[in-house]
Amino acid sequence: MSGSTGLLTEGQDLRIVGFLCNWCSYGGADTAGVARFEQPTDLRVIRVPCSGRIDPLFIARALLSGADGVLVSGCHPRDCHYAEGNFYARRRFEMLKQFLSVTGIDPERFHYTWVSASEGQRWQDVVTSFTERIRKLGPATKMAGGTGYDEECLKEIAAAVSLGDQCPCHKEKA
Amino acid sequence: MQALAELKEQIRQALPDLDVVIGWQQGYDALHTSPLFIRSEEDIDKLVVNEFCVVNPATYLREMRGGKKVGLVLKGCDSRSVIQLLQEKLLKEEDLTIFGFGCNGVLNHTKLQARFGDIGFITSLENDGTNVTVEAGDKKETVPFTELCADKCLTCSYPNTLQCSHFAGEESAKQADSATDKALEDFEKLTMEERFTFWQDQMRRCIRCYACRNACPMCVCKDHCLANSREPKWLSEDVDVQNNFMFQLIHVMHLTGRCVECGECERACPMDIPIMLLRRKMAGIVRDVFAYNAGTNAEETPPLMCFKVEEPTIEERH
Repeated sequence: MSGSTGLLTEGQDLRIVGFLCNWCSYGGADTAGVARFEQPTDLRVIRVPCSGRIDPLFIARALLSGADGVLVSGCHPRDCHYAEGNFYARRRFEMLKQFLSVTGIDPERFHYTWVSASEGQRWQDVVTSFTERIRKLGPATKMAGGTGYDEECLKEIAAAVSLGDQCPCHKEKA
Repeated sequence: MQALAELKEQIRQALPDLDVVIGWQQGYDALHTSPLFIRSEEDIDKLVVNEFCVVNPATYLREMRGGKKVGLVLKGCDSRSVIQLLQEKLLKEEDLTIFGFGCNGVLNHTKLQARFGDIGFITSLENDGTNVTVEAGDKKETVPFTELCADKCLTCSYPNTLQCSHFAGEESAKQADSATDKALEDFEKLTMEERFTFWQDQMRRCIRCYACRNACPMCVCKDHCLANSREPKWLSEDVDVQNNFMFQLIHVMHLTGRCVECGECERACPMDIPIMLLRRKMAGIVRDVFAYNAGTNAEETPPLMCFKVEEPTIEERH
């Protein structure tokens, strides 16, 4: 595929994890593929039986493990193959979405939405706009262990220990 | 202490029908209490109720399930964890006898330590409810109670034991000092990057001793905790930033809509990692979105165990 429409801009690869439900969104992505709608290629899709199967911890784990974004998509509310899986899922995702900010992970890196099996066009829109959003945010900050201040502390302690009796803390007793 | 005498009398009368009553007794020094398990008459006099009764006795309920008749002496915040467990049908109401009283707040040992050096240096401590006079070494200082009390007491709106079978003494008229959580507000002024760095620094200190989990009255999975599971393997045995952070997120997510903000996790933390920030944030979201306060009404359904077809408080995500 050529990047003629500008959707597939060059640059670094992003790692975006997609959780799609088997009955609607995975079908929707398939429809988009069969219809040969052009899509960005940064998304890695994981197929799950239902959006209700997605533990919010899957998303948290993906983000902590260095994913640049997580896209979750299920059947539209009222259209769940299992009648009510996505209703429970919606509450859980909303909790996680609002919670993420306090951990310092940008909540914009997580998006959940609904795409039905016939909505190939909509799938293209969803995946394109989400990828563009992540591309703007850039690669996620990698877990590096923070500022490493405790290592500085350990160095200071080691230096003080090496002083032995000369250390200022011994003065009082002397 | 009139309430204490009343409490003891109530326990004395109820004890013949109970296997055990859990409360607090004087600890190894004047500034600590330790859990007390009253099984016989002579144990009753060991009971103390004061500003050092920080432990949540409801945490022991996890070990007491299975038909035992248990009595509990509970502060207002502790009683919420019992209500939440009742709501989840993890306890039977007929097995429980709750002895309530009006709590005027508890002290935070970490704050005492930060202010006066080692707690062992403190020779006397007087608390009149608004001010605490502390003698440590050769200095004597009077500090407002709000600067030394547990964080949860600053925003406490349930100072009196909820749903108790017996209530001793007068009800506490303690008001929350502020409706909002100042520590959390201050934290949220930081940028995303600063917050992420902050948590990485904190999680780097975590030794993953699981004290936070073990002290949590709502962590009822015991040996089946996800953190110890090998199949599926959520966490490696490595104590590194990523695994520690993931563990905290597991704890928070498993307490969504259940956490009663008793603060036991942070109190139990030997590294003093401010993990209550995460839990208070989540509890605040649950309050905002579902207008639900965990552990206040045993008849309600936890918000993640039910749904509405149309969610008026959740923005439609396109």
